[in-house]
Amino acid sequence: MEKFTTLTAVAAPLLRINVDTDAIIPSREMKKVAKTGLADGLFAGWRYLTPGSRDENPAFILNQAPYRRARILLSGANFGCGSSREHAVWALAEWGIRAIVAPGFGAIFQGNCVRNGILPVVLDDAVVEDLARQVSADPAGRLLTIDLHACRLTAPDGTAHSFEIAPADREMLLEGLDAIALTLKRDETILAFQARDRQRRPWIYL
Amino acid sequence: MGRTIIDKIWAEHQIADLGDGTSLVYIDRVFLHERTGSVALKELAAANRRVRNPEQVFCTMDHIVDTLPGRGDATRMPGGTEFITETRAAARAAGINLFDLGDDRQGIVHVVSPEQGIALPGVTLVCPDSHTCTLGGIGALAWGIGTTEAEHALATKTLVLRRPKSMRVSFEGALARGVTAKDMILKLIGTYSASGGVGYAIELTGAVVRSLPVEARLTLCNMGVEFGAWTVIIAPDEAVFDYVRGRPFAPRGATLDQAIAHWRTLASDPDARFDRELAVDCNALAPQVTWGTSPQHVAAIDGTVPDPAAEPDQNRRQAMERALQYMALAPGTRLAGLPIQAAFIGSCTNSRLSDLRAAATLLRGRHVAAGIRAICVPGSSQVKLAAEREGLHRVFLDAGFEWRESGCSMCFFAGGESFGLEERVVSSTNRNFENRQGPRTRTHLASPLTVAASALSGHLADPRALPG
Ligand code: SF4
Repeated sequence: MEKFTTLTAVAAPLLRINVDTDAIIPSREMKKVAKTGLADGLFAGWRYLTPGSRDENPAFILNQAPYRRARILLSGANFGCGSSREHAVWALAEWGIRAIVAPGFGAIFQGNCVRNGILPVVLDDAVVEDLARQVSADPAGRLLTIDLHACRLTAPDGTAHSFEIAPADREMLLEGLDAIALTLKRDETILAFQARDRQRRPWIYL
Repeated sequence: MGRTIIDKIWAEHQIADLGDGTSLVYIDRVFLHERTGSVALKELAAANRRVRNPEQVFCTMDHIVDTLPGRGDATRMPGGTEFITETRAAARAAGINLFDLGDDRQGIVHVVSPEQGIALPGVTLVCPDSHTCTLGGIGALAWGIGTTEAEHALATKTLVLRRPKSMRVSFEGALARGVTAKDMILKLIGTYSASGGVGYAIELTGAVVRSLPVEARLTLCNMGVEFGAWTVIIAPDEAVFDYVRGRPFAPRGATLDQAIAHWRTLASDPDARFDRELAVDCNALAPQVTWGTSPQHVAAIDGTVPDPAAEPDQNRRQAMERALQYMALAPGTRLAGLPIQAAFIGSCTNSRLSDLRAAATLLRGRHVAAGIRAICVPGSSQVKLAAEREGLHRVFLDAGFEWRESGCSMCFFAGGESFGLEERVVSSTNRNFENRQGPRTRTHLASPLTVAASALSGHLADPRALPG
């Protein structure tokens, strides 16, 4: 997994609430049993003019020149709610998004982000709106900087905003760690637990 | 201080406290389906990792498979056959339990799970599918995860979790005739928003919940994720223990007695404290129907489409305006009487035998209105067989419904079948998102009773107005 340390990039404001994973990657765009080949389908329902087509909708933010280079997405509350499909995160990552800043996230989506090298940053509504205002004035020139070591996001006007992230998630992103390998280091503890549990709750063991 | 049911199940499954607020938690059961489980199994194999306890892992075919009679591996979803065949190959190679096409245990994952006795009270169960919270209805701590987390659970039998906050929602009073669990959960989401439960594990309780049959509890919990909850759960009771008895993968004999004795201890202690408490009064509850593109866009069937201008919050107002545009509705429109083109009864929310029986009480001896496309998709092969044994399929067919093989079907659009451009559908499913049931399809979520009443009337209709 790609490490996340600091990032200075164009940020695209998509200030809608409840952006669900069906909107991020419509089911019809998940055509293969794979984690790749999804970037084209990202936001397909909004990005293209007619369902299933590839005619770009010029009104959609990610189709506008400076935002094509966006690595950061600004959005409204409850981003990534709905279906658990990790394809939403894979599509965002493949398209180039490395961080999403929103007042809150769907729980499964947030976990999926961390496991795929995307940093979910939770900041107040008013802060996100202010960031959107600042970048909109000059998207290519007014960049956001996110420093995960310091847990700090710096706005184009220099204002710094601290954000919180669970230490384990932070470490996983900073180090680009593989969660399975990390857990398997505790294999003895897991097996010992299982042996005790088998006595305690025999009905679980088929 | 007393402990909640969630505290108790958590404590039983915590292998280690990892500090920094996270725990290594033991996972009893993993359920997969061909839509998202296939990738997990494939990636795991590609990384040279094994499924730790394949006998505790289950997989069904539900999302992509066709639901037309005589179906096989061919499916209308583009590329869908690959999902089916690759899942089959990966499941066989991993040695997990597979409920394949043609197996009479096949069906929608969350319908099959309690039906087969795989989900049990007090277990931790995960599935790469957001509606896994359905199984809270029988007292399982069950939640949806992503594919990478599913790989973790398969390879290690554990997940690393942060403890959610706790909430209790009490449904008090009594339900009037024609009002169901579906209406209760829509009311909760409508009152407290689609993100009202974010960050919480929620116990659903109160007089109405305790009196609900087990299948209705599954419906209630199914939409916990639409409330934003990490998961929801209902304390298991005698009704659940009776339900579990005799299920294929459930314990039997002395082991069952031992299990039940344990399950009785899981209920929250009387002095347990929750981080948040909400209450829903069910006495005046009317059947609910959604008018927008989020489950929180909901109103009573005898109500009207609200006016966004009256919404003080700007974000919500804009979302309402977009929703009304998508749904082609004007503020003030009466919901009952709104013409529809199609009706759908199915999905992990409302496709169990009790749902089909309820709809059949209205459909018996009647016929859907002219021009209405009406479809019934039983939630599992077992539900379909049971329904046919009691002749329910005849009721649906005689009323002008299609009667299908089980699966997710038109609950969601995957590029195959859909209701079509701008068609207005009344649906017993759980999501009314834009394009969920097809490009620009306009979905109105409701209970199976309301769907049946609307199909008969040709417009959204109040089931209480029809003699049942
Ligand atoms: S029935 Fe619908 S909501 Fe349920 S698992 Fe299938 S697609 Fe998901």
